[in-house]
Amino acid sequence: MPASDPAVASAVRSGVAVGVAVSLYGVSFGALAVAAGLDIWQTCVLSLLMFTGGSQFALIGVLAAGGAAAGPAAIISSTLLGTRNALYALRTAPIVGPGWPKRLLAAHWTIDETAAVSTAQATPRAQRAGFWVTGAVIYVGWNVTTLIGALLGDLMGDPRIWGLDAAAAAAFLGLLWPRLRTLQPIVVAIGGAVVAVVLTPFIPPGIPVLAAAVVAVVVGVTNWLGRRASSEEAGPS
Amino acid sequence: MTTWNVILIASVLALGLKLVGFVVPARVLDRPTPARTANLITVALLAALVAVQTVGAGQGVVVDARVPAVLVAAGLFALRVPFVIVVIAAAAVAALLRLPGWMS
Repeated sequence: MPASDPAVASAVRSGVAVGVAVSLYGVSFGALAVAAGLDIWQTCVLSLLMFTGGSQFALIGVLAAGGAAAGPAAIISSTLLGTRNALYALRTAPIVGPGWPKRLLAAHWTIDETAAVSTAQATPRAQRAGFWVTGAVIYVGWNVTTLIGALLGDLMGDPRIWGLDAAAAAAFLGLLWPRLRTLQPIVVAIGGAVVAVVLTPFIPPGIPVLAAAVVAVVVGVTNWLGRRASSEEAGPS
Repeated sequence: MTTWNVILIASVLALGLKLVGFVVPARVLDRPTPARTANLITVALLAALVAVQTVGAGQGVVVDARVPAVLVAAGLFALRVPFVIVVIAAAAVAALLRLPGWMS
């Protein structure tokens, strides 16, 4: 029975722990969004409707650098950062099962954390519990803390006095850090950063960040510095 | 393009991408090259955003209090300090360096 299933209980505990920890980022998102020039309503709607942290930070980061003129670049940046959610959804869709209203909500809640917690569980029932508990805790927590952050940011005034511009850079670094475990992503990160900075004086704000994606596509397609996929034949080297 | 347009268009696209994984058969996307490239795009964009947020100023490049703040953040992330604490620490470093007025 669900209440006494230890796998489900463990999934629920993981979901709550991850959800509460991640929800705290919402304070920094809310404050930085207001510092980037969004109003409190726009900040909260972004967390309610977009609900994927990396894309939200990217959108406000590009808008902060380039204003409304950088709108198209902001949309493309946030969308490119959301592509990984399509891959997570391949894993979460079979966990969620059939029924379109449920699948639509599950799609909205398919993010780094729900994919990680649900796929880490051993039984189908625990995977389902892990997905829905993590999603619900983060959805409520992320939106409440976004509002708190936006209200705080609104009180702060000039974001530079409080170092909020540096906080935005640190927030991106925090999202990047766990992905730098092997040589290939480290090289792509350095290449992407160099491309963006070198192009900054020459092209409008927002576009240098998009240009960095080219580095990823070239390295990804050629698999330069990558491990051989297990389906390929192992070479003599 | 208004800020509201940007927010709504980007939000619809974000949900659309998540739905792709619910409607496309896994065998189409679940191959090494698309999966690897999608992950590396995330890495490249986040790294570019770190760089631009650290030294960008409109269409210029400047070294100011953000640089030491981000270096401190990198050290704290390496020590596995939680995200929110690192972000607050980075803000504090930049704010304190600006206080005496010897860094912009």
